Parts: sequence; C-alpha cells; structure tokens
Amino acid sequence: MLTNTSWANPLDLVDITSVLTPEERQVRDSVRAVCAKSIDPYVAGWFESGELPVARELTRELGAVGLLGMHLEGYGCAGMSAVDYGLACLELEASDSGIRSLVSVQGSLAMFAIWAYGSEEQKQEWLPRMAAGEAIGCFGLTEPDFGSDPGGMRTTARRDGDDWVLNGTKMWITNGSIADVAVVWAQTGEAGGGIRGFVVPTDSHGFSAPLIHHKLSLRASITSELVLEEVRLPGSAILPGVRGLKGPLGCLSEARYGIVWGAMGAARSAFQTALEYAGQRIQFDRPISGFQLTQQKLAWMNQELTNGTLLALHLGRLKDTKGLRPDQVSVGKLNNVSKAIEICRVARTVLGANGISLEFPVIRHANNLESVLTYEGTVEMHTLIVGQALTGQAAFR
Amino acid sequence: MNIVVCVKHVPDAQGDRTFRESDNTTDRANVDGLLSELDEYAVETALQLVEADGGEVTVVTMGPDQASDAIKKALQMGADKGVHICDDALHGSDAVATSLVLAKAIEKLGPVDLVVTGMASTDGTMGVVPAMLAERLGLPQVTFASEISVADGAVTIRRDGDAGSQTIRSGLPALVSVTDQINEPRYPSFKGIMAAKKKPVESWTLADVGVGPDEVGLGAAWTTVSSFAARPPRGAGTIVSDDGTGADQLVAFLSERKFV
Repeated sequence: MLTNTSWANPLDLVDITSVLTPEERQVRDSVRAVCAKSIDPYVAGWFESGELPVARELTRELGAVGLLGMHLEGYGCAGMSAVDYGLACLELEASDSGIRSLVSVQGSLAMFAIWAYGSEEQKQEWLPRMAAGEAIGCFGLTEPDFGSDPGGMRTTARRDGDDWVLNGTKMWITNGSIADVAVVWAQTGEAGGGIRGFVVPTDSHGFSAPLIHHKLSLRASITSELVLEEVRLPGSAILPGVRGLKGPLGCLSEARYGIVWGAMGAARSAFQTALEYAGQRIQFDRPISGFQLTQQKLAWMNQELTNGTLLALHLGRLKDTKGLRPDQVSVGKLNNVSKAIEICRVARTVLGANGISLEFPVIRHANNLESVLTYEGTVEMHTLIVGQALTGQAAFR
Repeated sequence: MNIVVCVKHVPDAQGDRTFRESDNTTDRANVDGLLSELDEYAVETALQLVEADGGEVTVVTMGPDQASDAIKKALQMGADKGVHICDDALHGSDAVATSLVLAKAIEKLGPVDLVVTGMASTDGTMGVVPAMLAERLGLPQVTFASEISVADGAVTIRRDGDAGSQTIRSGLPALVSVTDQINEPRYPSFKGIMAAKKKPVESWTLADVGVGPDEVGLGAAWTTVSSFAARPPRGAGTIVSDDGTGADQLVAFLSERKFV
C-alpha cells in the first residue's frame, strides 16, 4: 500500500508500535496505567522533598503487576521477554528514572544475581518474595574508591570455620536503606577468581545502610552507603554459581540493557511536554510551535527519540533470539542516554523559564539522567568497551 | 456462577475517528481499536463476582477479525474463555441485529446465570443493546448498575438517577448493564498477559449461531447514517472582563443555556 491515510501519532510518527505484538502492547499499556495511577501524580513531590515515602507500598504494587524480575523464569517471576522488559523500563522511566532504578536494581541486579548464580535454597528463600515486592533487594559492587575499576575493591570476605566474615564499604547503592537483602561482592583472596557474591540479610549484625543525602539527581530514589563491619554469614550465604568479576559484570549487562530503553522513556516525556507546551505557548501572537526554530528542535528531538527507540527494540529482539554481547549493550547505553539528556536539554529551552520548574517533568528528567549517564558504566567506559570491540585493543588496561 | 460478558471492539478515541466514505459506516481500519472502555467495567464486575463466589466468565464479541483483540484484553484481565462471532455479512449491522446475534450466541453457550454488559459502546453510544438483548433472551433487565451484589439466587443493583437512587433486585438468571461508577477496572498483570495466550477463543460464523445473512448487516439495518461531517472547529470563547458585573454575566450565560 503506497498511501496511508491513518492518523499521524506525534509520539510515534514512524509507527514503531506496529511491529510490537498485541501482548507487548498490553505490557506497555499495563505499565503506563500503573505509572499514571500511582507514580505520575506524586513523583514531582517525592523529587522535591528528596524522599520516597511509599517505597514499600509502591514496590508491592509494582510486584503485583509482575514488574519485579519480570524477565526471569520461575520462582514467582513472570517470565517475559527482553522486549517486554524494555518496554516496561521505558514506561517506568517516562515517569521517573528513580522509579525505573528501583525496578532495575531489584530485578536485573539483586534478583538476577540470585537467579543466575544462587543456590536452590537462596532462590527459594528470596526470589518469590522479591518478585511479589514483599522483599526489597540491593546490589553492592561500587565502592568509594572503586567505580569503573571494581576489580580493585577493598571489601573483603574472610573464611572463619564454616562462616564468612565481611568487612568493607559500598557506595551509591540504590534501595540500600530500605532493602531486606543485599547482594554484596567481596574479595576472598581465593585463587582463580577471588571476587565472590554474598547474599546478606540486612538485619545481619554489623550491617548498616546510611542514606546518602545532598543528591540533586534521582531524588525520588533511595541511595545509600553499605557499611559492613565484621558481618558474620553462614557458609551457605555465598553465591555458589560464579567466581570473579564476570559475576557482577553479568548482572550489570542485564541492567544496562534496561537503561537503553528507559532513557528513551525520559526523553519521550520531555519531548511530549515540549510539544504540548509549544502548541499552547503564545508569543508574537501565535503558538511558538509555528516558529521554524521551535520546529527544528521538535523535529530533532523526534528524530533522536525514534532512532534510540528503534535501537533499543533491535537490541531487544536480538537479546530474545541470539543473545547480546556486552559491547552491543554498550552501543545502546552510550547512544541512548547521551541523546536522552540532550533531548531533555533542548526540551527545556522550548519551555523557557518553565523548563526549570518542577511543575513540568523536563528538568527532573534532565537532572535524573545526569546519574544515568554515569551509573552502570560511565560514558567513558562504554566508549572504551566499544573501542575495544572495534579494534581488539583494551585502552583501559 | 456462569457469567457471560458482552464486549465491543471500538476505534480508539485517542485517534482521529471517522466514517468510511463508501458506505458511511464506522471506519475501523485506519484507527487502532481496543476494548470499549465502558465494557472494561462489565468485565471487572464479572471477575469480582466470580472471584467472590466461584464460577466462570465467558466473553462474547461480534465484529471483524481485529475484534478478537477485545476478547484478548478481557482474557488478560482474567476472564476464562472467549467467543468471537465473525462474518463478512455482519458489516454495517445496527443494534437490532447486534442484539440478535449476541442473543443467539449466548443461547448456544448454554445455561447462564448472569449476562453483564457495559452501559453503551464508546463509538455508537446508543446504549440500547442491553435492553434488546434481555428482551430476546427473555431475561429480566437491571440496567445502569453503579453497585451490584449477588446472593441467594438474586442480583441486587443500585441505579443512580438525578433525583435519587433506586435499589433493584431480580432473580437469576438476569441481564445487568453497569456504569463507569461501579468499579475501577484492573489492568492486565504480566501473569494475566501470559495466561491469556493459553485461554480458548472460539470463532463462530453466522451459520454457527443460526442467523441468516439477510437478518444482519447494512441491508437489514433499521437506521443508516445518511451523511457525516467533521465537527466544526471550536469558535473563540467569550472573555468576560470583570467590571463588577462579572458574576452576573456568568450567571446570565449559564441560565440562558439552562445550565442553572
């Protein structure tokens, strides 16, 4: 058919929706519905106060939809596809990157680590409750002095009889202060991959998770330090299925994949806001959407939003069929987060002074994306991963 | 309890809805369709009744191929099975024919305790199918329910009017139509979405329900759309500048149009 008289949806001009299955559309619509009901009316307030007062209730509600560990099979998880998971991340982050972070950390980091590397007992104990949102998880890899280079971590796990004793500090840990369980990575000094994962109940003696204050980004998200002082764990607390850095890095690949989609959600929200605002804002006796400079901004935002969403969808289809290499995920995270933050900044200029107000979501998304830009691998690290894939040479070692 | 919910697949009101140039029927091809929002309340009503007392929810729809999406949505919400009456001869059917086909399909399904419908479709918005359907099925009709309970072989509803509310009780089986005040429809959970893939949906033709092609479709319709035109663009409003008589001007405006 050469002619198409259908309605031009300004939020999906090239009709990406048409290549989604009916089930995928319903996943998207269900997540949008829960966000519209339980997140959108409140999130600017949470961001402004720097608190997430309903974290537990919200986590249970997200669990009831099936969002937590949704791409995992069994143990009460929904068993959805990578594309489903991506669409969910996009809708969550269209509400707020902090809420998407809560879901990413729960499902792709904490639950995924237990699901992929845990013992049967660990899976039975934690996964069903975490899927339902009854238990909240966090993931301790980054340390105050070790971000991009986690291999140098100073947190240690010492064998003492059958027990393990953990000491150290983890930093920038999403969900830390409200978590029931922490997946903590520590150096054991064992030969053949000394870094091991531990499932640490947060009520363990010697464990504390003080809140990190003074953030100007991801303010509707709980970020904490994890302090481990002689935390004694039974031998069964170790994740038996993996040794070395490939354990935590495998989890990060999962979470980064969700960010590839999520960033486009924040960008869509900013673009949508700018588009509506431009249509209503009258200057020089006409809507500013009629001015060429504004249209150039809108067209550019739409173009990058479209490109990034198509890249996310392509990577999702690939993940569901052949699987993804880490460098392929890096291409997606590198492009989409950078473009999303640019889209927010351009959208902010369309709104003029209103662009800096929390009355509109744009500055909130822009500020949030400052975190998303560096967490789960900085721009620099993803650039070097892509560089390594292109040349075969690791520039960072 | 055995509950049948009748649902309709309608063009999404978010899109540019229009009619077909060729025969003035609703254009269902160029706008994405979905389960009529008003029917979601009917599905939710049935699910809540069955969750409380046990039973089975069957969803019935009549419409072109893509109308099965409306059934799918209801199954994702939690209904047990679906029946889709699909036949080229149905194109252009009016409410009279729709009620005939739905009645025949429900009779074919066997004994039913309750038939639940929305109060109207969001596209045609005639709101007459529930009454016609009850008449054809020989069931008592308790319509426009904004509250419902089933106990001791009877259904009790509350119907809200401008002046007051009525409480109406009927023995079962019965037909109930529900308003958008009765509940808050759930959105499908991911488990619901996955489970719906395995739920049975039967596709029936007109012959399967024993209705002749001459009884339905545009040719048999009692009413036809003779012409259509796009709604004229909204005119400029009147700006009342308050020189001390602002309130009087507003009251005059409202009373002139019989709003107060």
